[in-house]
Amino acid sequence: MNALFEDFGSLAEGLGMTLLILATAGIGSIVLGAFVAVARISPLRILRGAAFAYAQFFINVPLLALLILAVFALPAAGFILPVVPTVVIVLAAYESAYVAEALRSGVNTVPQGQIEAARALGLTFGQSLRLVIVPQAFRAVVQPLGNIMIALALNTSLAAVVGVVELTAHVNKVNLVYAQPVLFYTTGGLVYMAIALAIGLLTGRLERKLVVIR
Amino acid sequence: MNRIYDEPGPRTRRNMRIGSAVSFVAIAALLAFATGQFAAHGQLEPAKWAPFLTPTVWLYLGAGLAGTLQAAAIVAVLGGFLGLLLALGRISRSRPIRWLCSTYIEIARTVPVLLLIYLMLFGLPQLGINAPTVWKMVIPLTFCTSAVFAEILRAGITSLPSGQSEAAMSLGLSNAQALRYVILPQAARNVSPSLLSQFVSLLKDTTLGYIVAYTDLLYRGQLLTSYLHELIPTYIVITLVYLTVSASLTALATRLQKRLDRKPTLAVVQAPLPALETVSAK
Repeated sequence: MNALFEDFGSLAEGLGMTLLILATAGIGSIVLGAFVAVARISPLRILRGAAFAYAQFFINVPLLALLILAVFALPAAGFILPVVPTVVIVLAAYESAYVAEALRSGVNTVPQGQIEAARALGLTFGQSLRLVIVPQAFRAVVQPLGNIMIALALNTSLAAVVGVVELTAHVNKVNLVYAQPVLFYTTGGLVYMAIALAIGLLTGRLERKLVVIR
Repeated sequence: MNRIYDEPGPRTRRNMRIGSAVSFVAIAALLAFATGQFAAHGQLEPAKWAPFLTPTVWLYLGAGLAGTLQAAAIVAVLGGFLGLLLALGRISRSRPIRWLCSTYIEIARTVPVLLLIYLMLFGLPQLGINAPTVWKMVIPLTFCTSAVFAEILRAGITSLPSGQSEAAMSLGLSNAQALRYVILPQAARNVSPSLLSQFVSLLKDTTLGYIVAYTDLLYRGQLLTSYLHELIPTYIVITLVYLTVSASLTALATRLQKRLDRKPTLAVVQAPLPALETVSAK
């Protein structure tokens, strides 16, 4: 147990990195996902096609393969960025495909009357998307978005494989020094569970606040 | 034409044509920039891609793909079986069993697989427990996947109308018989698309074989890069192989879902399963 307290600082550092990646990639994926979802329902066939291809690509390719491609291979083609931003970009792009799919199913829950009313008020297509459809779609998918954010929190651990020292990598490193696997891995697992729980509670609260009862 | 917008008038049609042209130019410019970047660094030279026209390389990668499918199949069978037990446990009448299964599911859904794999790789050997290579990946994956399978199956079971089990009871079937002949077949059919998309995410998760040095596609790809010294072509080819395999399975899942939606006799599970989004997000 002493080992845990001695290395508490370094574990907290790892946790900080995990939370940093989670927050930036989370916000990035929601913003990017909203754009992809809008493109996916737009009247322009080319945008619909591009958004479909984008979502299919990221849903069907393993995250680890993308991370390795982006971190180890792409620098050879001149796409050079430090490793943490690269990981954040890959995670945001990857999860945005799931966000877009969730939002698209959220759009389907917006009643026809809302859309017709927006049109009857003289809103343009862009205005009715921005002011009526997308906000309601977001409210309908708070819970699924929370689940995607939990998945993202677990997926940040893959950053350890490409050399980012976040929580999982820290647990692993500290354990190699102290050789107390049960203690360290349980602590690591509990921290991830706490993160997931926090996201779950937050989305539960948001859901109660934002949900539109139909 | 669509529930979101009207039939366009002449002005809208003109705007749409302009919009399409602008988007086309933007997408083309993006692709051109990427291609230019690759070309400028000599990544498009035919010599770099030539190895991928030889059967030897494909046989080598094929063995990796076989390993990927094999690992996914083992996890699917074990995880599916365990998931079924957990789903039944979660709806069981006995409170301790319900509690135990819920706890397992909550833990397994909120712990990263990688942490468990590191535990198997570096942690347990320190205690003198050393599993064979495949199991270092299969055990953690089964642990996590079974919880997701359990949630999908439970959603399928609880969304069947209660008339089904009541009818089975009134026919004199025992609880187990009702489950086996009436409930499970319908539940499994209704959630088959979700099960299939979970299998796709499982297939993607077997890339963790890269870490435990199990012969899966990604690991073979890495070994190939140290032989060919061509990182970009190799990893792009690997990515495309994964894309092809998973996308065809995803397309199959979409088709299954459409078929289920069409058949009125099966129109019981129409509510989107909350598990589905999480599941595929792994």
